[in-house]
Amino acid sequence: MGELVKKKVKVIKVNLGKCNGCRYCEIACAAFHANPRYSSINPARSRIRVVTDIYNDELVPIRATDYSKAECDGRRVYTVGDKEYSECSFCGTICPARDLFHEPDSGLPLKCDLCESDPPQEEPLCVQACARDALTYEEKEVLVEAEDEAQVRPAEMELGLRSLIDKYGVAALTDTFARMKKG
Amino acid sequence: MRYAETGFNLEVDLTKGNIERVETDPKLTELYLGGQGTAAKLFWDRVPPEVKPFDPENLLMFSAGLLHGTPVPGANRTSVNTISPATGLFGHSLMGGFFGPELKYAGYDKIIIRGKSPELVYLWIHNDKVEIRDASHLKGLGINETTKAIRQELGEPRAQVACIGPAGENRVYTASIDCGWSSAARGIGPVMGDKRLKAIAVRGTKDIYVAHPQELYEECRKMYKKINDSDGCGDWMAVDEDDSFHHNNFAWGNARTRIKNYWSAELQERWTRWKYDNMDRQMGCFACPKGCINVISWQDKPRFAYKCYGKDTYHMAAFKELDYTYGMLGKAINYGLDSYSTAQLLAFAVELYEAGILTDKDLPNFPKDSGDRILYLMEMVVHREGIGDTLAYGITKAAKMIGKGAEKYDHNTVKGFEQLPIKLGKLNPAYFLMIATAEKMAITQIEGSFPQDPLPTIEERQKFCDEWEAVPHGSKFKQYFMEWEKRNEISDDRTCEIVDWNETMHYVDDSTGLCGFVSSFRGQFGGKVAYHLNNVPKFVTLATGIEFDTDGLWEIARRNRTLIRAINNRLGLRRIHDRPPEDHWAVRDEEYEQKLLSQYYEFRGWNMDAIPTKETLYKLKLDYVADELIERGILTEDDSDKEKAL
Repeated sequence: MGELVKKKVKVIKVNLGKCNGCRYCEIACAAFHANPRYSSINPARSRIRVVTDIYNDELVPIRATDYSKAECDGRRVYTVGDKEYSECSFCGTICPARDLFHEPDSGLPLKCDLCESDPPQEEPLCVQACARDALTYEEKEVLVEAEDEAQVRPAEMELGLRSLIDKYGVAALTDTFARMKKG
Repeated sequence: MRYAETGFNLEVDLTKGNIERVETDPKLTELYLGGQGTAAKLFWDRVPPEVKPFDPENLLMFSAGLLHGTPVPGANRTSVNTISPATGLFGHSLMGGFFGPELKYAGYDKIIIRGKSPELVYLWIHNDKVEIRDASHLKGLGINETTKAIRQELGEPRAQVACIGPAGENRVYTASIDCGWSSAARGIGPVMGDKRLKAIAVRGTKDIYVAHPQELYEECRKMYKKINDSDGCGDWMAVDEDDSFHHNNFAWGNARTRIKNYWSAELQERWTRWKYDNMDRQMGCFACPKGCINVISWQDKPRFAYKCYGKDTYHMAAFKELDYTYGMLGKAINYGLDSYSTAQLLAFAVELYEAGILTDKDLPNFPKDSGDRILYLMEMVVHREGIGDTLAYGITKAAKMIGKGAEKYDHNTVKGFEQLPIKLGKLNPAYFLMIATAEKMAITQIEGSFPQDPLPTIEERQKFCDEWEAVPHGSKFKQYFMEWEKRNEISDDRTCEIVDWNETMHYVDDSTGLCGFVSSFRGQFGGKVAYHLNNVPKFVTLATGIEFDTDGLWEIARRNRTLIRAINNRLGLRRIHDRPPEDHWAVRDEEYEQKLLSQYYEFRGWNMDAIPTKETLYKLKLDYVADELIERGILTEDDSDKEKAL
């Protein structure tokens, strides 16, 4: 057993009943993550998307979580009240089954970083934007086993590299990297 | 770099199957802003008056607003314009929802459709990839089925689909164009049907840039919160279940019968239960926190949604209750029918039957029940069966075709288009001008900034004025409101100014794409509307990088209003057409009304035949309009003689 340490856990809670489907969270996210900040608006670059099917009265804001090179079987269907939801409606995985959470120019995955920034934001931008409180933010302190410091990863870069490896293979990526380093 | 707008229009020729992406002139933004403003300019340039509504040369134009796709909350109304078959004039139509912003993200400010396709087709716009696709398998499908089928076959659940139902395909004059739960009404659907264009599907994943990103974003976030927290904007009918106003004051049937004490607490309780027991949600439009769209699952019928007075039209046409409308709406909306004008048209037909003008021969097995009758007629009109083929031309044209005195029952149209069923006692000067001179065919698209009614006490008026942020700086509207005692008693000068303010705010919205419920329509109720002439310039400036102030915006609105009047003048509109329905008010005074009309024309810088003068047009940088009107003999070089003569 490793040593127990305090860790801050950040949670964005979603209240589906309060969402009106206006997608302002997408605008906030896309604007905040534009480079330079706020310089462009494009919901396709947002790391939160409102999955919308009005005929099923379905509005579900989901955030991009993990990258996967493969589709899942995607066969699970949940009925809530009288509405049928596909598992994909709640799934934040960045996968090839849909065009969500892929950067529109490069196709690279876009992952929610809870708006980590310097100086830090009080709340992630989507939560700040959602005046309807469909999105709310909580920080909790929990005790967890201490992780090996060496395991800390620069998350976004690694995510991108992993998807490039999946797409082109390690050899092609290494060659490109070597060539660019030379140049 | 173009800010707020994309700088490109999509030109589609359905006859040739030609598609072009055309760069636009940035100067037009400074002069007309965008949306319907720039659309009007294109209509003037490209659709001469010789073009009839169903000619291939007529354009069908979808315009995103200037602010669509930016973070400006409530910017989501797309304008759809064409030369309307019902009126023969420039058709004004707007829909909220998501279409305009998606179009901007696809890289276009407008879609300009010309020509006619030989077969039923739909347009698929995915950023730079644009295709005209076969739609023969979608023939006759409703709005919902069409949308689902297109999304499925494209594999694009996020595509926004603007389409027509069977009503539009069959060129029913009251057909709408619908996108999701939003509907573009007032007679543009038949033109899309005539062009054999079933739908336009758009998906966009491009960037929109604004001139001052951080500042604009901060302002927008505050505005979004303000709109959310305010009861001064949004559709109050979505939250206030006391709907005595429409039921006690509007006229039922064919705009015929007022039932003054209709509303009761017992009825309100019952209707509230019907609504909330069957309501799934109140949805919003793009970038707006309000929930104006009531989404209803009624019995075993498919889900539908309505907004505002759309809740009342069918049961008021049929002398029924809310459950009747709920039973009708799903079907009617799915057919692609405008809930406002269609309900009027069907009630008109019922009256013709009751008057013996339409008979059992025209309406075989016509039901006894008033609700069944409206449903029966709706089916005939949508499919153009029997007498439905005539009724499908709308009240004014159908009345002429039917003859036998049917024209007498066409008593609630203006310039050939069905109006809200309002019949009142004493003439209201501002409303007289707004309805008479209207080019938009609906009072809700004209009224809205100055309150409808005075407040009884000085203290109440003072409090209202103290909190009235929307009053344009430098104007005298606070003074007018303070001195206003009786609804119908206000000087003609002031009436003209009030009408001007009301109209101006709408023309601003029509070009920016802001929704009337947070802007032009809503200030008249309570005065605490989110957008007004004092703050819209700030948003437009931050978004576009072009400096605008209140006066500058006002001038653009005046230019756009005048340009649309000139388009209609070129199509034949004159003073004699500027009339409200003859029985809109029980008490009329022709002499006074004509005097007021003259004063309004003078105020607007129009001649006494309701045409903008050369001087006015030149002042508004519409010299090309003046020159053509003169060349065509519609306007003379100097109108002063003509004015005296009249």
